[in-house]
Parts: sequence; C-alpha cells; structure tokens
Amino acid sequence: MAPDTVQPPPGSALPEQAMAPQPWRIHSVRRDVASNEVFSWELRPEPGVEPGPLPAPGQFNMLYLFGVGEVPISVSATTAEGGVVHTTRAVGSVTRAMQGLEPGAVVGLRGPFGSQWPLEQAKGRDLVLVAGGIGLAPLRPVIHAALERRSDFGRVVVCYGARSPGDMLFRDELDAWDRRDDLDLRITVDRGTAAWRGDVGVVTQLVERGGFDRRNTLAMTCGPEVMMRFTAATLERRGLKPEDIFVSMERNMRCAVGFCGHCQIGPHFVCRDGPVFPYPVMEPAFRIREL
Amino acid sequence: MKELLAIIEEQPFFEDMEPAHKRLLAACAAERSYEADTRLMRDHEPAETFWLIRSGQVALESPLREGTVPFQTLGPGEIVGWSWLLPPYRASYDARAVTDIHTLRFDAGVLRDRMEADPAFGYRLMKHFAALIVQRLQAARLQGLDIYQPGGPGHGA
Amino acid sequence: MEVIAPQAVDTLIRLLAGDGYEVVGPTRRDGAIVYDRVGGLDDLPVGWTDEQAPGHYRLRERDDQALFGYVVGPHSWKKYLFPPEDTLFRLTRQPDGSFVTEPGISEAPRRAFIGMRACELAAIDVQDRVFLDQAVQDRGYAARRQDLFMVAVSCAEPGGTCFCASMDTGPRAREGFDLALTEVIDATQHFLVAEAGSEAGRAMLDRLDPRPASDAEQAAAERVWAEAPEKMGRQMPADAREVLNRALEHPRWEETAERCLSCSNCTLVCPTCFCSQVEEVPDLEGQRSERVRRWDSCFNQEHSHLVGGAHRDSVAARYRQWITHKLATWHDQFGTSGCVGCGRCITWCPVGIDITEEVTAVRRDPEGRA
Repeated sequence: MAPDTVQPPPGSALPEQAMAPQPWRIHSVRRDVASNEVFSWELRPEPGVEPGPLPAPGQFNMLYLFGVGEVPISVSATTAEGGVVHTTRAVGSVTRAMQGLEPGAVVGLRGPFGSQWPLEQAKGRDLVLVAGGIGLAPLRPVIHAALERRSDFGRVVVCYGARSPGDMLFRDELDAWDRRDDLDLRITVDRGTAAWRGDVGVVTQLVERGGFDRRNTLAMTCGPEVMMRFTAATLERRGLKPEDIFVSMERNMRCAVGFCGHCQIGPHFVCRDGPVFPYPVMEPAFRIREL
Repeated sequence: MKELLAIIEEQPFFEDMEPAHKRLLAACAAERSYEADTRLMRDHEPAETFWLIRSGQVALESPLREGTVPFQTLGPGEIVGWSWLLPPYRASYDARAVTDIHTLRFDAGVLRDRMEADPAFGYRLMKHFAALIVQRLQAARLQGLDIYQPGGPGHGA
Repeated sequence: MEVIAPQAVDTLIRLLAGDGYEVVGPTRRDGAIVYDRVGGLDDLPVGWTDEQAPGHYRLRERDDQALFGYVVGPHSWKKYLFPPEDTLFRLTRQPDGSFVTEPGISEAPRRAFIGMRACELAAIDVQDRVFLDQAVQDRGYAARRQDLFMVAVSCAEPGGTCFCASMDTGPRAREGFDLALTEVIDATQHFLVAEAGSEAGRAMLDRLDPRPASDAEQAAAERVWAEAPEKMGRQMPADAREVLNRALEHPRWEETAERCLSCSNCTLVCPTCFCSQVEEVPDLEGQRSERVRRWDSCFNQEHSHLVGGAHRDSVAARYRQWITHKLATWHDQFGTSGCVGCGRCITWCPVGIDITEEVTAVRRDPEGRA
C-alpha cells in the first residue's frame, strides 16, 4: 500500500525553498569562548529573499558557504527583526571556513527543517532542560519561549554542564537568567579553576538535586549522546516517565529532506523526523552500538 | 532525638531504610553548622565522620602543588565522606565548605561498631553507601572523558 | 491477447526514435548486458543469455535467436532517472558579496525504455515513493520520470540469483508499463505476446501490425507465465522484515563483515538504493560554483560522518544498516520493501554475499547460538 504523500513537519521550509541556498547577510557576530571556536551569527535575509517560516525551537537550517559547502546548524535564537541566530563550533572544513567571517558577509541558508521541542506539551507542567556543552544552543530558544510565556509553565529548571568555566556559552545571558527568581539555573563544569565558585561535576548531578514535580514534568536534553543517556536514566530514577523525556540527536544530515540517506537511525531520518525525538523512540540508538 | 529522626526520615538517601535502622542512625547524628571555608576533612587524616548536607555547598578537593582545585561539589541531600567505611579509615581528599553550611554530622566510629554488632543493619547501610559510591564512580568516569570537547567521546552510542 | 513478430521490436525501436524518444535498451558490451542507446534489433543481445550465481556473471550464446533470453545485468534504469552525477544548482557570486542560485541544467530528454523487467518496474515504483511521494519532491527525478515510454518484458527464464517471485514483484509484468511483451520461442515458433498498459501503449501497439493470438499461442504464453516463477534461483523468506527487526545485535553481522569488502557494489547495482552526497565544485576564480550530487553508499565510512569519527565505523554495522534498511525499515519509511528481488547485489558482490542467505541464516538461528 502506498503511503500518503509525506507531509512536511509543521513549520518547516516550503518545498520551493527547501533545496536552494538563499543569500542571507551576517548582521552581527559574537564569539563567546576564549578560543573563538564557537561563534554566533545573527543572519538577515538579503533583499528579495522570501524567508521561510520563523524557525521553531529545536529546528535547524542548512548554512552554506559559497565555494566551500553546507552544514546543518541548529537555531539558537530568533530576533524581533526577523533575524535568525546560529551558534556554531568550528570543527570541520566548512565551519572552520565560516569561523573568520565578519558582519556584512553573505552566506547561504535553506530551512527551517526538522521537528520541534514539544513546548505545547509542556504547558502547565514543570520544565527541566538539561544541556551539555554546545547542546545549550538548540535549547536556548526553549528558554526564551518559556520566559516569554512564563505563566504557561510550572517551575523551569535549567541544568547546564560545560567543560570548564571558560567554555561556557552565552555568559551574559546566563548571568541574567541566574538573577531571575522564576528560573532555576544550575551550572556545573567538568574542570573547575581556583576562581570558579560554582559546581564541579557531571550535569546529571544537578538533575539529582530535584526541585521539580516528578509526576508533572517534561524534560528536554541536548548534548553528547552519553550525557543524554545518563540524563534520561537519572530523570527516570527520579520518577519521570520515559515518554516525558525528549532528546535532540546529531547525525550526518546533508540534504535535510530525507533524500540523501545519511542521517538514518533505524526507520528515522534525523533531518526530517528529528532532530528532536521522544526518548523511548531513540532508546535503541542509545543501547545498540553503531545503529 | 525525635527531631533528628524527623530530618533523617525526609532524606532520599535513607528513604527505604527500616524504622529501627533510622533510629540507630539518629542516635549517632547531630546537627552541625559550619562557616564558609571550614575544612571538614583533610587528605590522609583519620575518617571518623560523615555528613549529610542540608543546605549550602561543599567542595571535594585534592591538594596539589599548584593549590587546591575542586574536582566535585556537593549540595543539599548529598553525603560527604565514605572513607570511614573501610580500613585504613583515612580521608583521601579534602572537603571544604564553600558556603555556610548546615549538616547532619554522623559519628562514624560508633556507627561502625553498630554495623559489626548488627549485620542486618551493617548490610543495609553498606548497600546504601555502595550505591552512592557507584553513582559517584560513574559520574567521575563521565567527567574524566572530556565529553564536551569537539568530537569528544560519547557523541555516538 | 495480441501477438507481434520478433521483427516488430525493431519497428518499435525505430518508431519510438521517429517520435522523438531517446530509445534505451539492453545491449552487449564489455562482457555484460548493459543499458544504452539502441537503434534497432541489431543492438539488442539477440541469441545471448547470462549465467548468474553469487559473485558470478558470464554471457553465453544461446542455441536460439531469443530477443530477451537473459535477465538483468549490472545496470538498472536508475542511472537514467537518478543519474550517478547530477548538477543540482549553479551559483554565481555577485559584486556585493551576495550570490545568485539557479537550478542546474538537468538533461531530461524524453526517453523510451525497452526490455524492462517486472522487478525493474517495481524498483521504479519504489524510487517514485522516495523521490516523488514526499513533501519536497526531487525535481530532476520528476522531470526525467515524467514522459517515459516503458516497454516491459515478462521473464521466461529467471536467473540463478533471481527471487522476484518471493518479493511479489514478478516475473510477469502486470502494471506500470505502456507496453508489455512476453516472448515465446521453441523449435517451431517464435513470437511475442503484447499487452498495452496505457493509451500511448495502445496507440503504439496498433502501429506494430498485431494480430489476435490463437488458442495455442495463448496457451504457450500462459505456460511461460505459470512456469517462470518456479525457475527462480533464490527465495526471500516472507517474514524478512520481522526477522531483521529482531536481529539488530545478531552475531551474524560480524561473520558477514569478515567476508564483506565494503566495496559498495551492491548499493551501486541496486535499482532502489538512493543515498547520495552533494559536493561543492567551485571554479578556479571563485566566481561560480556548482552543487553536484553523486551516488553515495552506506558502505562508505564517510556516509555516517560525525565530528570525531564515523558513526558506523565497523563493516558489520554498515552491512547491518544496508540489509535492515533494504528489507525492514524501508517499510516504515515508504510503505514497501526496498528490495524487488532482482538479485543484482548477489551476482555483483565480489565475494558472493547473498542477501537471501543472510536472512535465512538469521531466521534459522534467531539467537545466534549456532
């Protein structure tokens, strides 16, 4: 039996915008980490470019550098002026080439693509966000949305694990969140310094400390897979149902629309069915090696 | 004594212990507060105590030539100290109050005698501490893997 | 039921060419039967057949003049609809640092395919689901697929690695063609039974001087259809999907990996495999660049590239990915198996790994104890 035509995930790029990179200009650049290997761009469409739907928290765009290539990068914020913010770590040939670009440079963009963090499903419940390393970037739009509609949620707990104090992203924003009494921000680092006054240890330890209603909490986690696996186990031990835990997966996404075959995990195309999945759907991927 | 028992009752760490065992624990416990920067334990000194943190933060540190750098911090509900459980009963790192802290302080020397005298109790408490040690060991391994470095281990299953 | 003479196939090719089609069909080259432009009956491998077994392919002369007395070779029609290399976009740098994106010039001539087997019609149906039944369609595929004229041939003599009967995709061509032929040849007679599957096919058949089949001719054709399924060299277990879904951690994959060279032959000859990668091809001056799509394979280590190393590093994991995708998760993704039973992956595997044997082995020993 032929399946009906697959519908695009809600809020994803229209078919005519899905494949061709469109020119967007770098409006501003931020470099958060001392090594400069992590950089955030605010991108705005060039005149004549019809931007697609505003990316929802959890979605990604394909960013393209003329003559070099294309990479999937999650959206770390959207701006009131219709800008899209991407936070990237320079780790491959394309992202290294992107690293040195300054405001005014033009890059290609197509998207948004992929599934979204289930904010609607979290309404009326406590929200626990567990981020590791650069995994804070895809969760940042959730924090923005939660603070914008703060009364929609119960307690909002953000646990963030970084490699060291110098590797923390969005430092001024973390400080601002920390000052708020309607957001419980917990930060830990793997390696402290003599000057570091905060926590040292793994991020799951911050989850162990509780402070959320185990019967009415929705959790979202993004980071290295081993971190997400331990986070899910900790949340389950603290009484959350597996289906109330959501993870964001990373695979070799190239085409972003399910054509190229690279990002499959079992029956799922991470680019189209993910990157955000309910934990039980991804459980085999955490358990079975090289799936 | 009643008050101490009530405090122990509400701690997740002791959650599934029998009432009689909780009373034994309460008999060895006392409420203690410490000012920030107080050293609770010192590397290599005899370990005759453990603490349950009720509020505040404690750092576990290894004294190095360059100074002390915390390798783990502990907060409310967490236990400080297990060296009292096994010979040679000596601390293997420093524990320092980062903030002012409130704790339950347990007399581990007395507890050890009780555990020897009452193997059922000894087994129960040992099991609780074994679980704690395993959890800390797993956390330490994860912490040592440096998983957040670009392309670090643990990005795939 | 209508009958045409063997020579009518020559007429068919010439008429299609005259109608403006680029006519493609089987032809003999480099010791194999491949698909290429054909101008008439002379270009077809008349009087030839192929011997196929795991890791084995040989052409042999037949003792008759059968037009279609062979099965499928290393090529499939995939190379025309989803070319091995395809320029998706051409980009040009602008003076202000911006760029302009134009579609790549996808060559999409009107083509006629001659001699498509039932498994190949099924394979095109599978790729239609991959590239067309989607929110975002593959434009190049859609353009090349659009105006095809498809002439199918029902297999009379399935080959040694064929198993389409067990995949329910053949050997008789039942739908999805403009014209379907069944060749009947023996010491006393040689003719083709022709069926039209579309209006265009009907109109073309009328130009081939068809005559009604006699009772004996009809019976002969029906004998071909009835007997061909019995001549399959191989068989796929009907519950392959369930068997594989339960076998993700089966030790068999490690054993198979000891033989598998991860050469990707199986994915290249497979008529449904669709993995591709896009490369950036800039000119030397940096003013123009192209996005060029090429076939990729899940057997390549780079296929599962992640920062820090390939996700499917072991050959065992790559083989498992291929076979479970083909026979199990393809159902979840596209509502059908990704395998049509053509047997190419068995024939063209240099070490003769047999997809049907792999499933059968895992099925026989689900726990991997043996």
